[in-house]
Amino acid sequence: MTATVKYDEVEVGTTLPAQTFQVQRANLIQYCGASGDFNIIHWNERVAKSVGLPNVIAHGMFTMAEAGRVVTDWAGDPGAVVEYGVRFSSPVVVADDDKGATLEVSGTVAEKLDGNRVAVDLDARVGDAKVLAKARAVVQLA
Amino acid sequence: MPINRDFIGREYVATETYEVSRELIRRFADAIGDPNPAYRDIEAAKALGHPDVIAPPTFLTVLGFRFGGTGPMSDPSLGLNYSLVVHGEQRFVHHRPVRAGDVLKIVSSVADIRDAGKNELMTTKMQITTTEGEAVADAYSTIVSRGTAAAAQEGAQEGANA
Repeated sequence: MTATVKYDEVEVGTTLPAQTFQVQRANLIQYCGASGDFNIIHWNERVAKSVGLPNVIAHGMFTMAEAGRVVTDWAGDPGAVVEYGVRFSSPVVVADDDKGATLEVSGTVAEKLDGNRVAVDLDARVGDAKVLAKARAVVQLA
Repeated sequence: MPINRDFIGREYVATETYEVSRELIRRFADAIGDPNPAYRDIEAAKALGHPDVIAPPTFLTVLGFRFGGTGPMSDPSLGLNYSLVVHGEQRFVHHRPVRAGDVLKIVSSVADIRDAGKNELMTTKMQITTTEGEAVADAYSTIVSRGTAAAAQEGAQEGANA
């Protein structure tokens, strides 16, 4: 585990480079296959609407994976992420158009922990909606 | 129909193992659109101190689906309507990164089932180890069953999570 970021160079409030992810239907289909999660609400608009959803929604785990990239790209070594948890607070609705949903993710060091670890809080939004809550990763720094 | 509370505390030991390969890791990394070389290039992974390519932090979600057929969700007496299910919370505690060549086994347990307004929440814990018994990770997952709480009005389903 060799994160390129040094614990001593990080303070509470240090911000991670923000990233924007475009989420389209094709991404969800591909994620169905790679994850094995074929829940019909992630690919069938007719069924998604029939069970009360506004449209097809992204897998929560897909959103979590995208948000996690802000942390793994910053840390330098994805293996430095020792803990990662989120609450899915609002669905990422993915319409059948050329744009889909635009997911914006930023991160801030919230706490310095023992053993050269830090807690990073993530903010993930689509428009005004906060799609992840209590999104926190613990990262082992150098 | 409410979820069957008798399932709380039940434990499921998967009889099969899961072999993590470089190609499975690559496929998952492709699906999340992440070009990180640690997931694809052995030399890049070694330069970071790993013996082989490693998996993204959320990769272990695949085990839940791979072994879903032997877990609580596969039992009709649980009373879960999967099209009403959305994911509520997820947390991974990694004891070490998952890497190509790992042969993993899991023990799943139903930690809790409870009402939350009109919805129900079901939390499961998945302990992931190698076949040699090395702890790899613990995964905690909470799903939301929308509008199935006993108190919910029939047909009224709102407040969905993702």
